[in-house]
Order: sequence, then structure tokens, then C-alpha cells
Amino acid sequence: MTSRWIRFVIPAAVVPVLLLLAYGFWTNPREIPTPLIGKPAAAFALASFSGAPFNLEHYRGRVVMLNFWASWCRPACYEEAPALERIWKEYKDRGVVVLGVDVQDNDDAARKFLAQFGHTFPNAPDPGGRVAIDYGVYGVPETFFIDRQGHVRFKQVGALTDDIARKHLDKLLAEKP
Amino acid sequence: MTARGLIVAALMILAVSPAHGATPRPVDEQTVHEIAAQLRCVVCQSLSVADSPSETANQMRGVIRERLAAGDSPAQVRDYFVEKYGPWILLAPPRRGFDLLVWVAPFAVLGIGLVAIVLVLRRWRRAPSPAAQAPLAADVRERIRREMEELDR
Repeated sequence: MTSRWIRFVIPAAVVPVLLLLAYGFWTNPREIPTPLIGKPAAAFALASFSGAPFNLEHYRGRVVMLNFWASWCRPACYEEAPALERIWKEYKDRGVVVLGVDVQDNDDAARKFLAQFGHTFPNAPDPGGRVAIDYGVYGVPETFFIDRQGHVRFKQVGALTDDIARKHLDKLLAEKP
Repeated sequence: MTARGLIVAALMILAVSPAHGATPRPVDEQTVHEIAAQLRCVVCQSLSVADSPSETANQMRGVIRERLAAGDSPAQVRDYFVEKYGPWILLAPPRRGFDLLVWVAPFAVLGIGLVAIVLVLRRWRRAPSPAAQAPLAADVRERIRREMEELDR
């Protein structure tokens, strides 16, 4: 084993480790891709707070913005709440429905939240978290954009803004029905 | 527990029992635990769904129980979570593709290290130690001294 041999061995050992580290540091550990994009959105049927229909099948043919929230989710759910109602008012006559799924919450706190922000789009509690798990939800808020054919197309993790919602909704509305 | 408490408890159990599947199978809690232990608790740091006290993990255990009761096999239940959350949900990464690296690399590196140690040891054993070498011949010694002097100049 000569020193010349060593000169090849050390890079051969170090370079793969550096490449692996580089790969690890370039990827964002907080960014958890959902495997659901492009897949048919899971069906659900819940009893909404207001009595409005709350099953996906009912809204087939419309673009669905499905928002997962909770009254205990501060501050993100409180930040995005006014935007949800604005978007609903802006888009409800253009073939969009906004649905809110309330996860791991208690009834009183949830109703207070809805009253505080004057939400008029359908919202429903998710007993047992079945719908949230069916959508692979990590935490609230998360918002899924479902196209007219019922496929999940985008997922927003964290507070939604008017701009993000408009961007996705306009894109999905521009697609041929 | 009072009689009223028992009725309330029975109603609650009825309320959470699965709607699908005509005759729910009895679920072995050990099986629920085994599946939950393979799943990552999504709201925790380094905890399995079996070990986490969080409500999310609790709800996931509920879904595991429900799916087993509906007749799913443990593998099908695990696949359901992978389908929804991706392979990230599994605490042990699958032994294929890029993830295979974490299974193979430690053993490969260990093997390479062992081979290197053997090679080095053999080399050390073959090479005589400097102390055992014969003293320098007088003419070589003289030549070194002369060249050192030239360097100093």
C-alpha cells in the first residue's frame, strides 16, 4: 500500500459522503410531499355545523377548496380565516366551493371560531380524524385544491393567502370542464 | 361505574364502531400496537404512533383498529397509511430504491473498513520496525553529514 494508493482511497471514501450530505442539506426536511397529488380525492360525508351538505360527491363538477382547520390552531388558522371567507364570496358563483373540516376540536370552540370570522361556507367537525387521515393531513391548517373531475391537484401547508388561493383556483377554473 | 355510565359507555363504543363491514371482526390490541409501532407519529419528533400520547396518534390508532375490524390485513393497513402519507410515514424506510442506501451503506462501509484494517495490519507485520534496521554504514553517514553542511552554507 503506497502513498499513491492512499491518494485515491481518501477521495473515494470522502466524496460519496460529501455528496450524500450535500443532497441532505439541499432538500428541505420541512417539505413533506403528499403522494395524493393527481389522485382521486377521497370521498367523505360529514355532518356540517350549519346543516349544509358536506360530502364531496355532492360538489362533483365544481372546483373544491378543502381546508383543514381547528379553533386551537393559533395563529395560522386565525390568519387565514378572513381570506377563506373572502375567497368563498369571490368564487362561489364561479363554480368553486370552499369546505372547512374542523379537526380535533370541541364543538363550542369551533362554533365560536366560525361566528368570530362570519364563515358562511360549509364547515364540519371530523370525528375520529378520519377525513384528515384520509387526506394525509400532518397539521392544521392545510388546504387541498380539488379539480372538477375530483382529483387532488395542489396542497397548501400553512396559512392560506388570497393570492395562493386565487392562483390555484384560477388555474383549475381555466381547465376545460 | 354507575348503570347510566355503563349505558353511555356502551353507546360511545357503538358510535365509534365502523359503519362499513356488516360484522366487525374482533381486533387484537397487540396487532394494533404492532402496526402503530411501525408508523411515524406525524406531529411528534422521533415517536411512533404506538408511543405518542398525541390526539393525532390516538386517532390513527383508531383508524388502524377500524380497518382491522373491517377485515384488512396488517399489511393492508400499513399500505393505507403509506398511500396517504407516503413512505415517510414508515419508521423503517423500505428496502428498495434510494432508501436501500440506509440499509446497505453501514454494512458496506463496515466491510470496507475491515478490509482496510486487515491490509494495513498485514503491511505493518511484513515491514520491519525502524529500530530493528541495521545502523547506517559509515560512508552513508559521512555523505549525509557533508550534504547537510552544504545546505547550511
